[in-house]
Amino acid sequence: MGHFVPHTDAEIAEMLAFVGLSSLDELFEAVPAALRLAGGLDLAPGLSEPDVAVEMERLADANVAVGRDLVCFAGGGAYDHEIPSVVRRVAYRSEYVTAYTPYQPEVSQGVLQTLFEYQTLIARLTGLPIANASLYDGATACVEAVNLAVAATGNQRVLVSRGVNPQWREVVRTYAVGTGHEIEEIALEDGLTAWSSVSGSAGAVLVQYPNYLGCLEDLAEARRVADATGALLLVAFDPVAAGLVRSPGSYGADVVVGEGQPFGTPLGFGGPYLGLFACKQEHVRRLPGRLVGETVDTEGRRAYVTTLRTREQDIRREKASSNVCTNQTLIAVCCTIQLAWLGTAGLREMALRCARATRYTREAVLAIDGVGPLASAPVLREFAISLPNGMSGETVVERMADEGFLAGIPLGAEYGGGLLIAATERRTRTEIDAYAAALEKVVR
Amino acid sequence: MTDPTTGVKTVSGGRASSAPLMGRDEEPTLFELSVTGRTAASFRTSGLPEWSAEELVPADHLQTEPTPVAEISERDLVAHFTRLTHRQYSVDLGAYPLGSCTMKYNPKLCDEAASLAGLANIHPAAPPSLTQGWLELLVELEDILCSITGMKAATLQPPAGAAGELTGLLLMRAWHAAQGRQRTKVIIPDSAHGTNPASVTLGGYQTVTVPSDERGLVDVAALRERLDDDVAGIMLTNPNTLGLFEEDIVEIAGAVHEVGGLLYYDGANLNAILGITRPGDMGFDIVHMNLHKTFAVPHGGGGPGAGPVAVSPRLAEYLPGPMPIRHDDGTYGWMTPARSIGRVHGWHGNGLALARAYSYILANGGDGLKRVAEAAVLNATWLRHRLRGTYDIPYDRPNMHEFVAAATNLKKAKGIKALDVAKRLLEEGFHAPTVYFPLIVDEALMIEPTETESPQTLVALAEALERIAADTGESAKAAPRTSPVGRVDEARAARQLIPTFDARPVTSTGDEAADTMESPAARF
Ligand SMILES: Cc1ncc(COP(=O)(O)O)c(C=O)c1O
Repeated sequence: MGHFVPHTDAEIAEMLAFVGLSSLDELFEAVPAALRLAGGLDLAPGLSEPDVAVEMERLADANVAVGRDLVCFAGGGAYDHEIPSVVRRVAYRSEYVTAYTPYQPEVSQGVLQTLFEYQTLIARLTGLPIANASLYDGATACVEAVNLAVAATGNQRVLVSRGVNPQWREVVRTYAVGTGHEIEEIALEDGLTAWSSVSGSAGAVLVQYPNYLGCLEDLAEARRVADATGALLLVAFDPVAAGLVRSPGSYGADVVVGEGQPFGTPLGFGGPYLGLFACKQEHVRRLPGRLVGETVDTEGRRAYVTTLRTREQDIRREKASSNVCTNQTLIAVCCTIQLAWLGTAGLREMALRCARATRYTREAVLAIDGVGPLASAPVLREFAISLPNGMSGETVVERMADEGFLAGIPLGAEYGGGLLIAATERRTRTEIDAYAAALEKVVR
Repeated sequence: MTDPTTGVKTVSGGRASSAPLMGRDEEPTLFELSVTGRTAASFRTSGLPEWSAEELVPADHLQTEPTPVAEISERDLVAHFTRLTHRQYSVDLGAYPLGSCTMKYNPKLCDEAASLAGLANIHPAAPPSLTQGWLELLVELEDILCSITGMKAATLQPPAGAAGELTGLLLMRAWHAAQGRQRTKVIIPDSAHGTNPASVTLGGYQTVTVPSDERGLVDVAALRERLDDDVAGIMLTNPNTLGLFEEDIVEIAGAVHEVGGLLYYDGANLNAILGITRPGDMGFDIVHMNLHKTFAVPHGGGGPGAGPVAVSPRLAEYLPGPMPIRHDDGTYGWMTPARSIGRVHGWHGNGLALARAYSYILANGGDGLKRVAEAAVLNATWLRHRLRGTYDIPYDRPNMHEFVAAATNLKKAKGIKALDVAKRLLEEGFHAPTVYFPLIVDEALMIEPTETESPQTLVALAEALERIAADTGESAKAAPRTSPVGRVDEARAARQLIPTFDARPVTSTGDEAADTMESPAARF
């Protein structure tokens, strides 16, 4: 027990004597006797390091892992992309891993400059001038975007496309109970947001690009609808798409959010991931979370510091733009290193390879008898299919696992069932051919 | 080295003043290091048809220019980020007595656990048949956290403390709504952390502040005056942000429950009471934990953490879903509670951070966790006694895992402010304490040594703080002189906002008046 407490018994005795006490128990005299846990915690005794390793490996081995056991065709906000060794070797250096939030800028230039570079990259990918230093994940970034939009417009009616990841929509609804925002959904038509169904005024319009079914939404139309309703346009953007498509900022999006996991973060059973958040200059005073800015030190040297801090909870308290404090900095560091490794040409190549693998997979899968497209709109890295004879996505996923594939994500009733399939730059022709052959067998 | 009089070893492992930071040149940004046409990326051989972008993407969506990223060789990239890490203090380098943040040593065995392929390479949408190991880990962790806090059920979804707070407030809201009540206010002490009032607002409540009394504890009489049937609950951390145990907690709990309110426990300071007492036994209904403080998940330069929330039996059916559960046959699956408030995270929370915390708890066990609390309180108590004559101790009474000193005497005598003490301490090879928090203490220096610092490190830290107190005002103001940069111009950063490399040299935010408010306050 207590592997990480360095004190020897002699030192404890000496320290107790110095403070005028004779036992460790006396340190807790302020805790009323009735509240003291008599026998200590009801937990197993501590394990040695090798014993912990054995237990953790037992748990890890009880999972069926992507890469080791399964070829991954699942996405839905969590993707099996390449993570180069530089990300792990450099981002996991202990200076990055074991620092706190950069409150003392003089000894935190490493994290601060990396975040400044991260903000620059996210601004470039989204096509907006301001990006913050990260939020928790794509879902909670949507919540912050909605809160910003409602504060900016004074209108609590929030229109959310059903093309937005259903789990993210659920998170938006959960938090709206506290803020009192009215969340209304906009239906899909052949995989795309049915903009013509929108009427009345609103504070926010939230759309995903490409959307949950993989389809490329019409952002120019989204902007027109937002203008017509008086709303800010919020776009949940797949940052990998930035390698191929025009940025949401170029369509006039007010806020762009997204899930940064594709750049350097393992699937990790869903976290920690990376909430991306970028906005127009005019919204910078309402920006949630931390922002790093460039400045100089007393001798005029370039330096970085967290800035516009009067927005934040520790200063503004109940009037803060958000309650976020701890964010996902280390994941932002991974993202920065991965993007730098990809470079301008590499980002485009990555997106192109995703699109190629997706087209090839889609063609192979749609050739299977009884399998149909759920939508006809163009896709990039993900697409949705309907299954024959009312077969459920869950059944297909279970059976495909026996064939060595994580087949995709079962789609819920609101999409009419079916399966959501993703193909990243890691998928090869051999894997895809084998996948299609297995799927044909499974749905037969 | 040994002390000649006592023979006790005095060399400290927690001081970083020998760190070889080379020179004080600027490090160029990635973008300045870029050379057009250079790249480091490589991809799998796919054997797929090489369709062009034009064949794959409709023309109206296709970009005309590639998104500029950076163009750099792998070698230069590694050198750049490695040099940046040489400009960064961290726990692995030396002591980090940052009050309220519990910057303890992060055991490396937890890093190894979180990078196991069988944990890291699991898709969060994979069905339970493929994720039994993860589900078992989560169920076990929930059980352990409930047993540590004295609660009935828990959610692991909240990704940080503030997210846990908001989750807790939404649970509070849902519970009151189910009782047919519309309550509007939540009480917090004037010493509370800023996330508490910010979360209260997002939970749809108004913040009502209760003052602290001369002991530094919640003024119970003032609290009673504020209690009525409009109060949804109270948020407290115990020990509080002064490091003092709220001795009247049972009376407070009784009074709040009497008006039908709930008690929320901000678990940021749980490190002090592991195995000593439990929030559940004190009368709390909802507890969040900061696994990135108490359970050694490293802070990652600002995150990620994990902020699980545990609740008493009457709130269990409102927890976010889906929740991992153990079926009667010993297998694991998911379940959404009957009156769930809904998801608070896109997936299942910060999974790999949860795995780190789990491995830390396994290594410590019940006995080790109690030892953690004892050593944390011993270290803070020792340091308070040692610094008594040198710094003001506004609430000089038995502290728990941290205590608040003040630079008021130094400010009066020589103009040395809390901020100057902080900057001088950086020169001494230590991280600074939290300064100007809690807000109720002038020139506050909030010191939390944590249990993993040795007595030798505490002596070295005390000596450094004593040297600083003996310093001249001018010397203290000139600090830090040995760090990669000297004091930075925060006002200028806000006035001439440069949030990205592309915004250089200068753009203005237009609204400059607001930033004259930019204070050195609240830094943690
Ligand atoms: C007392 C207290 N409460 C709440 C928080 C918020 O936790 P987090 O930063 O994980 O959101 C902190 C930490 O910063 C804290 O010290």
